Amino acid sequence: MLYLPLDATREQLEAFRHRMGFDQPVHIQYLRWLGRAVRGDFGTSLRYTKPVFPLILERMPATLELAIAAQIFALTLALPLGVLAAVRRNSIYDGLTMLGALVGQSMPGFWLGLMLMLIFGVILRLLPISGRAGPKHLILPAITLGTFFLARDTRLMRSGMLEVLGQDYITTARSKGLGERVIIWKHALKNALIPLATMVGMDFGALLAGTVVTETVFAWPGVGRLIFMAINQRDFPLIQAAVFLIALVFVATNLLVDLSYTYLDPRIRLGEK
Amino acid sequence: MQQRTTEAQEINAAVTLPRWEVPRRARATELPSILRSLLQNKVAALGVLIVLGMLFVAIFAPFVAPHQLEGEVSIGEQLRRRLKPPAWTEGGTSEFLLGTDSLGRDILSRVIYGSRVSLTVGFTAVAFGGTIGVILGLISGYSGGLVDDIIMRIADIWLAFPFIILAILLLSVLGPGLDKLIAVLALGGWVGYARVTRGQVLAVREKEYVEAARALGVPRMRILFRHIMPNTLAPIIVISSFAVATTILAEAALSFLGLGVKPAIPTWGSMLADGRDYLRDAWWLATFPGIAIMITVLGINLFGDWLRDYLDPRLKV
Repeated sequence: MLYLPLDATREQLEAFRHRMGFDQPVHIQYLRWLGRAVRGDFGTSLRYTKPVFPLILERMPATLELAIAAQIFALTLALPLGVLAAVRRNSIYDGLTMLGALVGQSMPGFWLGLMLMLIFGVILRLLPISGRAGPKHLILPAITLGTFFLARDTRLMRSGMLEVLGQDYITTARSKGLGERVIIWKHALKNALIPLATMVGMDFGALLAGTVVTETVFAWPGVGRLIFMAINQRDFPLIQAAVFLIALVFVATNLLVDLSYTYLDPRIRLGEK
Repeated sequence: MQQRTTEAQEINAAVTLPRWEVPRRARATELPSILRSLLQNKVAALGVLIVLGMLFVAIFAPFVAPHQLEGEVSIGEQLRRRLKPPAWTEGGTSEFLLGTDSLGRDILSRVIYGSRVSLTVGFTAVAFGGTIGVILGLISGYSGGLVDDIIMRIADIWLAFPFIILAILLLSVLGPGLDKLIAVLALGGWVGYARVTRGQVLAVREKEYVEAARALGVPRMRILFRHIMPNTLAPIIVISSFAVATTILAEAALSFLGLGVKPAIPTWGSMLADGRDYLRDAWWLATFPGIAIMITVLGINLFGDWLRDYLDPRLKV
């Protein structure tokens, strides 16, 4: 038992189990938890002896900050990189970009994190390597978390763009005499974004999961690290609530992605036949 | 026209010809063209070379590694050996090419032995997960109705949750062990296979040759496994090859968090976790296991890219 003194008596143990409801069958425990959860009461953390919901909420900003920074890092680079690779298909630039993307997808994120810490923190002493205090602290964790997505998004952007560039309406635009720049960035880009938009939405869950490892590496005080510590300390109420919240965020973002299709491609209207 | 004849052949094969005729004929023409395509594509060939090289190293680790894992070394010797830098840097010796860790163990040998866990977990977890997924996908797509609904809703629920967190949770409850690690990672992948297989089955099951087989009274199971399944496998093989790569990455992450096999067995992930503690004083600890992971995963991805283009160009990403 992690949460009682080593010399706790049998009575104290029983009292603790009873207070926490651990002496009940699993399904009763679950129904009790569910009954409270729908009323917004997720229980009390064993470790912090505080209600778990505020505990998670107060760490949410740090995690969201990291996830959004990583997403911005990935997208702002992936869009131009992928579009240029598609436009200059089979050039050296294209080859190098694709090789880079493949390497980026083949690296464990946390190892990239360690290498960045080594180079920028230990050798060059340019950036802080742990904790959260100001924008400088955000750089390395965001790159660490975002690199896999940068690599994947670049590949998606390139293939989406290649597909769109082969379509009739692009030929029409060209034959109208529109400039290549307008065609690529205005006519083609919007349609090429659809596969990417799908992935970006679905990625949110992967990003949240990725924060568990990234936050542990960089001692980033977010939900990911909280979950990892809670799991290690068998802090079940905390784990349950965190898991519930993550699933909720995940489902909500998937819904937002579905809705965003109708903006990107008005031909898609769900429910209409 | 061509498709017609193959469909006719399928029916023939199922009904009149001895069982071994068709696969044998198919193999005789398929294999050389696969090899030729592979050799023409230098990048893919490099990928295969990397994967085969890693497999060789993993299988023959005791012969390849310069030091064995359980050396009888005195404490004094351990202290003398500890944290030696790689051979080409100042203070390094050729005895320890990639240096030693905090307990005086040879990094190169541990990286070599570490390949065993990564590759075993990568391939077996994908094999198990793939089998479960394909079977559920076949059942789901072929039976339809309530069974289909139940399996697909379970799949939806499964996807509504980031898998790595579930894996951390399960492993922390189950404790360390290679078998548990494989089981948990196998569970993670089944949905992808099930969904793709189901989609393929839905596309194939209304084809004339399936109808013909049904009309001829071929039993359901035989239709499912002999006529439908072979036509659904191409995307599954492609997905599996990439899944091996992501599984190896997931295993490394879990080992890094201390949730893998028992601590005494070297894994790339756990070596990196050690390396993090010595980042300031001994950069080589955290560097080489990561490079090993990267090269292995890159090799598998290169091979997977080619395999996808070869088997099913429509899947190109």
